[in-house]
Amino acid sequence: MIGACLRALMSHWRRRPLQLLAYLGGLALATALWSGVQAINTEARASYDAAAATLGEGQFDQLVPRQGASIALEEFLALRRAGWLVSPVIESAQDGLRLVGIDPVTSPTGLSMLAGGIAPGEFAGRERPRLFANAESAARLGDRAEVVINPDIAPGVAIGDVGDLQRLLGRDDLSRLVVLPEQPRLQPPLSEIAPGLRLQPSQQVADVAQLTDSFHLNLTAFGLLSFAVGLFIVHSTIGLAFEQRRGMIRTLRALGVPLRMLIALISAEMLMLALLGAGVGIVLGYAIAGLLLPDVAATLQGLYGARISGTLALRPEWWLSALALTLLGTAAALTGRLWQIARMPVLAAVRPRAWSMASAARGRVQALLSAALLLAAAGLALRGVGLIAGFALLGCLLIGAALALPLLAGRVLRRAEARATTPIRAWFWADTRQQLPGLSLALMALLLAVSANIGVSTMVSSFRLTFTSFLDQRLAPELYLQVESAGQAAAAEAFLMARGKEVLPLYSARSEVAGQPARLFGVRVGPTYRESWAFLGSRSDPWESVEAGEAVIVNEQLARRGSLWVGDEVQISPDLRLPIAAVVGDYGNPQGQVVLSEAMFAALYPDTHAASFGIRTDDPASLREQIVAELGLPDSAMTNQAALKAMSLEVFDRTFTVTAALNVLTLGVAGFAILMSLLTLADQRLPQLAPVWALGLTRRRLGRLELLRALVLAGIVFLCALPLGLALAWVLLTIVNVEAFGWQLPMYLFPLDYAWLGGYALIAALLAAAWPALRLMRMPPSALLKVFANER
Amino acid sequence: MASSPPGALAARACARPPQGGRILRPPGQPHALASGRAEPDEMQHAKDRLLKKPDPAAHRVANSVLGRGKHLSRQSAILLFVLLLWPCMALAQGFSGLGTTADEGFAMPQPGPVFDFPADHGPHPDYRIEWWYITANLTGPDETAYGLQWTLFRSALAPGEAEGWASPQIWFAHAAITTPDRHFATERFARGGIGQAGVEADPFRAWIDEWVLEGPDFDTMRLTANGPDFGYEMQLEAQGPLIFQGEGGFSVKSGEGQASYYYSQPFFAIEGVLHLPEGPVPVRGDAWLDREWSSQPLSERQSGWDWFSLSFDNGEKLMGFQLREGDEAGFTAATCIAPDGSTRAMPDGAFTAQALNTHEVAGRRLPTRWLLSLLDCGVEVTVEALNHDAWMGLSIPYWEGPVTVQGSHTGRGYLEMTGYE
Amino acid sequence: MVLEFQEVRKSYRDSEGTVPVLQGVSFALEAGQTLALTGESGSGKSTVLHIASGLEAADAGAVRVAGQDLTTLDDPALARLRREEIALVFQQFNLIPSLTVAANISFHAALAGRVDQAHIESLAGALGLEAQMGKYPEALSGGQQQRVAIARALAARPRLMLADEPTGNLDEGTAGQVLAQMLDLVAQTGAALMLVTHSPAIAARMDRQLHLRGGRLT
Repeated sequence: MIGACLRALMSHWRRRPLQLLAYLGGLALATALWSGVQAINTEARASYDAAAATLGEGQFDQLVPRQGASIALEEFLALRRAGWLVSPVIESAQDGLRLVGIDPVTSPTGLSMLAGGIAPGEFAGRERPRLFANAESAARLGDRAEVVINPDIAPGVAIGDVGDLQRLLGRDDLSRLVVLPEQPRLQPPLSEIAPGLRLQPSQQVADVAQLTDSFHLNLTAFGLLSFAVGLFIVHSTIGLAFEQRRGMIRTLRALGVPLRMLIALISAEMLMLALLGAGVGIVLGYAIAGLLLPDVAATLQGLYGARISGTLALRPEWWLSALALTLLGTAAALTGRLWQIARMPVLAAVRPRAWSMASAARGRVQALLSAALLLAAAGLALRGVGLIAGFALLGCLLIGAALALPLLAGRVLRRAEARATTPIRAWFWADTRQQLPGLSLALMALLLAVSANIGVSTMVSSFRLTFTSFLDQRLAPELYLQVESAGQAAAAEAFLMARGKEVLPLYSARSEVAGQPARLFGVRVGPTYRESWAFLGSRSDPWESVEAGEAVIVNEQLARRGSLWVGDEVQISPDLRLPIAAVVGDYGNPQGQVVLSEAMFAALYPDTHAASFGIRTDDPASLREQIVAELGLPDSAMTNQAALKAMSLEVFDRTFTVTAALNVLTLGVAGFAILMSLLTLADQRLPQLAPVWALGLTRRRLGRLELLRALVLAGIVFLCALPLGLALAWVLLTIVNVEAFGWQLPMYLFPLDYAWLGGYALIAALLAAAWPALRLMRMPPSALLKVFANER
Repeated sequence: MASSPPGALAARACARPPQGGRILRPPGQPHALASGRAEPDEMQHAKDRLLKKPDPAAHRVANSVLGRGKHLSRQSAILLFVLLLWPCMALAQGFSGLGTTADEGFAMPQPGPVFDFPADHGPHPDYRIEWWYITANLTGPDETAYGLQWTLFRSALAPGEAEGWASPQIWFAHAAITTPDRHFATERFARGGIGQAGVEADPFRAWIDEWVLEGPDFDTMRLTANGPDFGYEMQLEAQGPLIFQGEGGFSVKSGEGQASYYYSQPFFAIEGVLHLPEGPVPVRGDAWLDREWSSQPLSERQSGWDWFSLSFDNGEKLMGFQLREGDEAGFTAATCIAPDGSTRAMPDGAFTAQALNTHEVAGRRLPTRWLLSLLDCGVEVTVEALNHDAWMGLSIPYWEGPVTVQGSHTGRGYLEMTGYE
Repeated sequence: MVLEFQEVRKSYRDSEGTVPVLQGVSFALEAGQTLALTGESGSGKSTVLHIASGLEAADAGAVRVAGQDLTTLDDPALARLRREEIALVFQQFNLIPSLTVAANISFHAALAGRVDQAHIESLAGALGLEAQMGKYPEALSGGQQQRVAIARALAARPRLMLADEPTGNLDEGTAGQVLAQMLDLVAQTGAALMLVTHSPAIAARMDRQLHLRGGRLT
């Protein structure tokens, strides 16, 4: 009996392969989106962790030379013999790779043990140094050392034993010392043992972790959104499969298949297919992730300097979570349908009429829930603090709006129906409204997709606009020259001054301001600064007071994190406290910055020379040649503004490639949801269409009306999505961005972009409706006639 | 461990991971070190055991690690895996060039040794494992009993010495103080060749970081160690001669011939200051120093050992150990030491040790009361731990602490136990 | 007795209260006998059929099929009874659209676990379906589809066959043919047949006729 039953159930798919494809496709798409985002996320996280753990950065304090980049072995030994538990690290950058040598015996990091595959035993009598690196780095290392490939080594890094690295680099010194977390009871002060070393606390790196976390939070939010859209699809596809087999299921029961067995068989069948679909989805997600990951890697590196690997590994946590979520989603959708089966009268015909009746009661609950969520969103917008509150706000807003959509659309359609002047129009509106319950899930998916699209593109474009004008301000000098020594600096300045150019030397030093690590900049106040810098807030003529050494300018990050603004005083050094003359927007840099006059900087750091010069010139190319020829500086020491700007913009464009790509995917998936829902409705709708057809509307006309209906619905959705998307953008820009990145972006509106998006949404809906409409147009009259024959 | 058969520690380290917390928290290195002493066969065996019959403790660790945060877990799991297997694998690779038999490359202890002092107080880099091991029974001003341990281990990954980072020698050290109700222990690690740790024979100096055992000769020495929450500065003064364990310093560890060079200075008077969290405590008492080096591990059947060094109130001393084979008593050896330093080495079986209780510490059960008998020397005593929780929860965990002696003789001493699950 | 109703009562609930449908219906049907159940729309004919097939439960009274009291059976047992003893033929054919005619015909027998290929072939031959065996139901005319449904019912060798307006969707000529063939085959297999119809002409071709009015037999 089981065999016969299963054969009957499965025969449906054999006869309707397109539906099978739709079911599997829906599941696969939902899984793919989720698992793709998850894969990117986990991969990036794992990469940081590997990076942090292998290098011992972020976790441990370090001892670094006050000057230069070299620590003698004797200094290390003196520290150890004084009871300072430190572990040596030698480091060098070569061909874009960091070569890091550690001592696995004393290193505090667990993963250094992995690097410790560099078993101390192995170098005894080993001819060649051995390095450990991931495949990507290994390829770049070439054959200068024996390379052991290990995927868990941080990208861009090759690790070896400190002794091997010394041999490889031809050095006998060390670069820095990692301070172990547990130190003995007695310890002389560092200044007595190693006055040339400075303790660098681990905290600095933690900031980067926060920033990258926020990026991942963004991605995770996006992943959840796409999964929600995916669940709509799973729901629709399962609805489709059930709707189409309703008759068969009734017949099976009438022929004596027990209800319980039928439910078990259908569950098994659907879950097996779901498993298959999810499997395909995971492969697809892997492909999506693989395509997007290089961009994510570039994004994070550009934004935060955090390096992640551009390669992808199959990690159980993301594909398992994708599988679990898809199966759970399927099971949830299935439960509802099975419940219907259990209660379905075996012989009575079930008509869509029941649907709309049920949804009237559901509508009230939905309206209440929606109102509650939107209220909560408003509350969070006014009162919420922190990133989590920001995301909770986003969630409440989106779900609340999605729930409100069918009610709102229903009202619009009713009004249109009331105003209809011809019977056909009245029928059109009424029929559209009747379809609303069946389509509402798909329409919600479309709403979420479109508004996310609007929100994110508003944010990206606002960001880009702000950033471009920021670059124009900040990178006003046409040419930048970098120097390495005080001598070079003096020579360069004299050379440039002699040619009557406006020269903008830039001094910089790391320090701590308002309790956070910050960079101090010494600038020569001149026309360029006065003209090109725009401030978020300033007192009158801020440059005047900076030049006079009476005030400083700080960047927004510093101001916001320190709860400071124009007029507040900041402690610049132990005996220097100055008011803030202006706050400047600083995008794409996580660190705090303080701008001082050249003279003030020189007083604080008398030994520091200008590290770079900005030069105003009409002819950067020839000046560049002169500098190379006459000053003997390498060409590589110079950058021209255009290149720098292009590079910076590229970084920020890549930042959102991922988001944009996911946007397109989400919209596609929403289109798919509409298609599924329309297909589900198509067969149920025959009884409603047949009478209209019988009354004289051609099938072609009916088909066209179907297309029009999809457009109308998509149009309504888009009109709802527009304010929702803008609200989303507002939340992203003024709440989430400030919480996550520390700066606020002005919000710009891009009506043309929205128009395009509206167009895309309509196209997606049109494409989704095309197939069902075409089926209707080509439907043989007998099929429509059957409706009458079968109707009792 | 003072008399522990060389290599047993190594076998342990390879076969069994230390506690989970230790693996994730630095320092996690000692596997590497310990493994240095394992023989390829032994290591293969240990590896097989890990791969085919995962150790329950390892499972527990793995589970607890995997149970943590999402992105931590994967990495930690890999890390854990590597940590469990690496030392063994790395060494298996490392020694493959040296040959397949255990002894190749490393010097082996031979019967009838002739010691050359003070040179032999210094390191023997051609042997795989060596230690300078001090335990002391101490008394405070209020008659409170204390125990103290200071051990410097040398472990060679390959025989011989080389300059700088190329040295195949690894040094590590353990220090501990035991009070009746608390136990402090800490450890240090160092690479050989660069001067962070080492031993010089004349004048004698053994050091790792700021810890030292040094003096103009082997009879008068200064001893210091520091941990995060304790430390000590002691002065040692020899009150008797060196004594030689086994056959003139050739100490056999099994019926299959595993052996080490082993001599002791059991007659140290010791005094100084213990630094405890509540403040300094002046103490005095007696100390026992063991010197031992070898290249051979335990026999494969031996799972752990119980080692006793006892100083009786009548001036006699006793060193005895048993090497357990599974749950059974296996090979035993002992040395009876007269107050004048004359010794009688006892053959296998003469010394017996019978556990009288089991005590749970660090999730394992082990005996902390023993009935010892060595009838040839007229000894039948009960030995009980001063502090039953003297667990050395270090990278290589074991039990080591002071004991009191009752029965045919009274006195005090030290007990070390390894290999208890 | 293949089918026996004793004082069967059934009522439905709707928005205006309880509507009695059957108010004490009693009759019996023996093996090999054919019975027509007639009555106006809403007289409760279909309810009798549903109760007889175990698809609906009676509120009161006893219903016995092949000696088993349906009121004492749970859903799996009822399903088993339907599978093994009863065959249903409906007005709207109820074929499985994704199975071929052949598979549809043997389907009920397969569920009951007693596929007799020779029997199926002879049924198909008697109903003129040999040429259609490989086709799908949608390619068949209404009369052919109902013949498939009849073949499916008889292939399961039921002791009781229940038919609900089996020719209601067919034109008069076809309806007569199909009915004749069905009665022939039912007679051959020895099953009992209860047929619900509002057509006096069809009812007249049965061994017995019962007429329902106001929930009672008259």
